[in-house]
Amino acid sequence: MENKNFVPTIDQTKGLEMGIYSLGDHIANPHTGKRISTQQRIQEFVEMAKLSEQAGLDVFVLGESHQDYFASQAHAVILSAIAQATEKIKISSGATIISTSDPVRVFENFSTVDLLSNGRVEVVAGRASRVGLFDLLGYDLRDYEELFEEKFELLLQINREEYVTWEGQFRKPLKNAHVIPRPLNGHLPIWRAVGGSPASSARAGKLGVPMYMAHLGGTASVFKRYIDIYREAASTYGFDTKKLPVSTAGFFYVAETSQQAMKEYYPHVNEGMKLTNGQGFPKQAFAQSQDKHSILNVGSPQQIIEKILYQHEMFDNQRYIAQLDFGGVPFENIMKNIEILGNTIMPAVKKYTKK
Amino acid sequence: MKVVLLSGSNVGSKTRITMNHAKKSWQEKYPDHDVSLIDLKEYNVEFSDGRNFLDYTGDTAFVIQTIMAADILLIGSPVFQASIPASLKNIFDLLPQNAFREKTVAIFMTAGSPKHFLVAEYQLKPILSYMKANIVPSIVFVDEVDFFKSEINNDDTLMRIETLVSDTFVFAQSYQEFLKNREESFDF
Repeated sequence: MENKNFVPTIDQTKGLEMGIYSLGDHIANPHTGKRISTQQRIQEFVEMAKLSEQAGLDVFVLGESHQDYFASQAHAVILSAIAQATEKIKISSGATIISTSDPVRVFENFSTVDLLSNGRVEVVAGRASRVGLFDLLGYDLRDYEELFEEKFELLLQINREEYVTWEGQFRKPLKNAHVIPRPLNGHLPIWRAVGGSPASSARAGKLGVPMYMAHLGGTASVFKRYIDIYREAASTYGFDTKKLPVSTAGFFYVAETSQQAMKEYYPHVNEGMKLTNGQGFPKQAFAQSQDKHSILNVGSPQQIIEKILYQHEMFDNQRYIAQLDFGGVPFENIMKNIEILGNTIMPAVKKYTKK
Repeated sequence: MKVVLLSGSNVGSKTRITMNHAKKSWQEKYPDHDVSLIDLKEYNVEFSDGRNFLDYTGDTAFVIQTIMAADILLIGSPVFQASIPASLKNIFDLLPQNAFREKTVAIFMTAGSPKHFLVAEYQLKPILSYMKANIVPSIVFVDEVDFFKSEINNDDTLMRIETLVSDTFVFAQSYQEFLKNREESFDF
């Protein structure tokens, strides 16, 4: 079946695409107990994107969150600043919570950022793991799934058609509505974010949209299942899975030695999880990051190269994005991480993943 | 250590009476612990809808956050229709999957008939295991005939409450030791 969605083409002759992502959290550095100002944190997002570009990374991704300990509520606005501050790197949301936004407005915003950035924008739409934004933005949590599915499909339709006729449950109908501006290349690459629900992976496959899969902890093989479900569903619904990219996204932290990496990063992940999710990250599970089969990309540069390659071999993913600023990581360490990721890890990974 | 007693019913009085005895016993034995009792009858707790426990508000937020902050949890439950009451199950549903990780949990059952003796074993313990609790193996089962007015008037039952309280403390203490040793086994 012809896929009517606009699917990004990833040039696999250049190897695995790599980038970084931030959820936009704004948390005290647990090593010092100090939290930077909101203004400084927002400026960090822009700096991180600039550094990622300088380090040669392919993509910078920023998510939307609306509860305490986050600073990226207006993520499209921040991405717009990043569009101005950078020239080459792809800029993506990850995730835009489409359930609690009007898809017309989301499309207008991201098309505009796309034009400002000269065609570098992508959108990753998600359902939200924390749900305070439903009350905040005036939606009913009981409609959690239906809201997402309806609005996501409308967003996909707006992306395909400049004049939109549409009817649904959660907003007034559109009658031949002209949705502008259009992105530079006519369409935006739109992905679906999946955070560990097999049903959500299956939906992504059924719709024939590319998938971002977030992974927190555990072994890589656990996450292989979600990708299998996604590809199975896509193929059942007649889509060519070879043309549907999969991106993986998870914790990343590199230091000279694995022990230093764990020592530095563990308090960030543990405290950050407590504040954003309610429970810390068990030390035992974190210690398993030293095993090649663990999905946590924490360790020395060589260890991480081996892990990303192992994961790529298992997943056949086309992109990997690293979350290296979670839980109040000080900016000098963020810089160091981006530098090692771009200068040491990425060249090695790309060398072995070129097709 | 932070000790929370939970009276898991939103009606009746026997579970609360049992938990009052347990609380008194705990405070007498370990006066320096931070002990609180939550009686679900006194709170307006919403039904779980699957959201993260941090996203609830009001009484619901208070009850589940108090439970999440505990090191030791003493659960009191009546038996309704051969099972735990919906009010208690709802608390479990409100909490995250691994809510009892690193917590020691003890069980106090009340029932109208000794036929329900195994309800805790078959229905409550599997839930607590799933949620990663360190469960104190012995439980206290209080039969309706043990109550008189607002007290338990069976010496044997009172003795068993005392025993479970001290056992729970020793279990929790050794569990803390286990957690500490495990923590120290990691070099980061």
